Amino acid sequence: MSTVYALLFIVATVVLVIGLARKIAQYARTPAPLKIPTTPAPVTQTGVVMRMFREVVFFESLFKSTKWTWVFGWLFHMALFVVLLRHLRYFMDPVWLPIQLIQPIGVYAGFAMLAGLAGLLVRRIFVDRVRYISAPSDYLWLLVLLLIGISGLMMKFVSHTDIVMVKQFFTGLMGFSIGTLPVDFPLIIHLTLVALLMILFPFSKLLHVPGIFFSPSRNQVDNPREKRHLAEWAKAMEE
Amino acid sequence: MAKAEFDVPELQEYVDVPELVEGTMAHLSPFVAKPDHNIPLGFPGELVDDWHDKALEKLDDLRSRYRSLQVYLDACVKCGACTDKCHYYLSTKDPKNMPVGRQDLLRKVYRRYNTFAGKYFPWLVGAKDLTRETLDEWYSYYHQCSQCRRCSVFCPYGIDTAEISMAAREILDSVGYGQKYCNEIIAKVHEKGNNLGLPGPAILDTLEGLEEDVEEETGVAVKYPLDVKGAEILLVTPSADFFAEPHVDGLIGYGKVFHEAGVSWTLSTTASEAGNFGMFIGSYENMRRVALRIRQAALELGVKRIVFGECGHAWRVAYAFLNTLAGPFDFLDPRYPVPQHICEYTYDLIQQGKLKFDKSANDDMTLTFHDSCNVARATRMGDKPGGQFDIPRAVIKAVCNNYVDMDHETIGEKTFCCGGGGGLLTDDLMEIRVKGALPRMTALQNVIKDEGVTHMAAICAICKSQFTKVLPYYGMDMDQIVSVHQLVSNAIVLTGQNTDEDEDDANGDA
Ligand code: SF4
Ligand code: SF4
Repeated sequence: MSTVYALLFIVATVVLVIGLARKIAQYARTPAPLKIPTTPAPVTQTGVVMRMFREVVFFESLFKSTKWTWVFGWLFHMALFVVLLRHLRYFMDPVWLPIQLIQPIGVYAGFAMLAGLAGLLVRRIFVDRVRYISAPSDYLWLLVLLLIGISGLMMKFVSHTDIVMVKQFFTGLMGFSIGTLPVDFPLIIHLTLVALLMILFPFSKLLHVPGIFFSPSRNQVDNPREKRHLAEWAKAMEE
Repeated sequence: MAKAEFDVPELQEYVDVPELVEGTMAHLSPFVAKPDHNIPLGFPGELVDDWHDKALEKLDDLRSRYRSLQVYLDACVKCGACTDKCHYYLSTKDPKNMPVGRQDLLRKVYRRYNTFAGKYFPWLVGAKDLTRETLDEWYSYYHQCSQCRRCSVFCPYGIDTAEISMAAREILDSVGYGQKYCNEIIAKVHEKGNNLGLPGPAILDTLEGLEEDVEEETGVAVKYPLDVKGAEILLVTPSADFFAEPHVDGLIGYGKVFHEAGVSWTLSTTASEAGNFGMFIGSYENMRRVALRIRQAALELGVKRIVFGECGHAWRVAYAFLNTLAGPFDFLDPRYPVPQHICEYTYDLIQQGKLKFDKSANDDMTLTFHDSCNVARATRMGDKPGGQFDIPRAVIKAVCNNYVDMDHETIGEKTFCCGGGGGLLTDDLMEIRVKGALPRMTALQNVIKDEGVTHMAAICAICKSQFTKVLPYYGMDMDQIVSVHQLVSNAIVLTGQNTDEDEDDANGDA
């Protein structure tokens, strides 16, 4: 069992890293031949960094759009971020001070994450427009994330999992030595779904994570008159 | 006049987000381009036999050339934030007119043929085969998008449905299934130099007529020069300015401003069109060919500056793409941006106190301003972000006493399209044009009722033509749409101009 999970996580990590790297390389390689920032747009590179920051951290455009989706979406993402930080303690020894400090908040974040996801799911089911555009995978992602959250919280509040052992397993795995994983129902669910998520990440809509950084309507400086912008394939037409 | 074969939506106080009704606009498609329209643009004359494979090849080609397309196809999370942002959805209830619904028509094919999930588990991710029905659906719904970019403002990833529409139209063109309206017009520009196919002598004739009219009215010999070598400024303006109302009043205004500035300027027969429909069909090649006419004209005439007249998509191509498509413009005067918008030009003169106005000349009107999509969300004026909103308003306020804005949710970056942009300004698409105008008409109606607004000013040839046609459907008058430089023209006091008293005297003598 432990060996299976060790292999699963090695495969999941490899797929995630290589898959994402290939997608990022594809985005980076593909030229943006025209200046198409959605204006008003920043006129300097610093301004663009600020715009991206507001977009990534506060979901600025979504905020302009619909407050409910923003509330649930933002809550989920920020909580997930805190939860992920909290999980870093399973991969390091000794644990950094900041990571130690957020441990108590992390638990609340777990609940906040579930609340956000539940809100998004309700919206997907009950708003006719959102229901119309949803494919089965859109519901499944929410369910997968909900189950990951629930199983995670169960380990804390329902059936206590031997966390020290889990930590030994993962720190061991990072040095390619396979330890033993406690066979615990919530833990198995939790880890299986996380591995699934990692494997599917580069092939799914989760590509919005790298995608946003490559979105020309958000990441371009508004300076077409000042600076000539020319893609390689367009340059070839001039010869 | 406006008798409709479809239901014109009734104006309410607000535009509520409707519950969706599938297929309400599935019947509407524009006329298909004929070989005569397609071939000069480098497209197959008619739908090719192997359209299926050719379309997929083109999709691959475009994905490798446009980062926007590749990223936008991947990144959508179906959050729904854009679903109630398109004027065409709000007025037709058709879910394929929701921005994401529109994107999905292409995305489901992309997923089916180009992604792991779509290849092996199509049902899971909503991937679909490319069939003849899909192709027709593309043709229908990608010609119900005015490429206004409103959706991209609200999408958390900036996904711009306009980019997807352009790509889809380019795919359609590449298999010989293009739209008559756009392709016919582009063919005319390639051949004649303007969208209307006006020959040089006709333009010259119009301009001479304008000179006579203005001189008769003001007593000042304002010139409207054509093809004058060595002029300082080349003015490139939409060809509608040469004859249609209220466009031509704008052209009269530009001439008066140049006259007062004491600058030499000229129009050009080679570049007698600011518009560039190459953008609407997503064809870089055609857009470039059209843009190069402007470079050629500037070189031939030896001008030092290029100024664009009032036109929305033209200003996008000019401001954002011209340097890319036809630059570098190092042969022009480096002290000025290339190109400049006529509003920027007039605004600068106003700032310097070089123009004299009698604002009371516009006192018979209370104005509001319609931000045109392409100007608002794809360009800038001046050097500060948002100048595209402030500068035209500053110009209007400098020449008019009565001005009010419409509902703030419907102007600025959130402006609603006139309903006729993006290559939809054709009678065969009248139904979607009229319906799509609903949010703008609603906001206008509200300021008419509450603030006593009488006229709406715009700086886009397409908006002006569209409103002229569409206002009557909503019980308003076609003359209620005016050009910004028409207002300038009304109020500007030319040096040596007849005053009212002079005119009275003249009448008395007679
Ligand atoms: S670009 Fe404009 S017309 Fe097209 S889908 Fe977006 S909002 Fe609608
Ligand atoms: S707002 Fe953007 S991410 Fe959300 S559904 Fe629309 S296109 Fe997709």
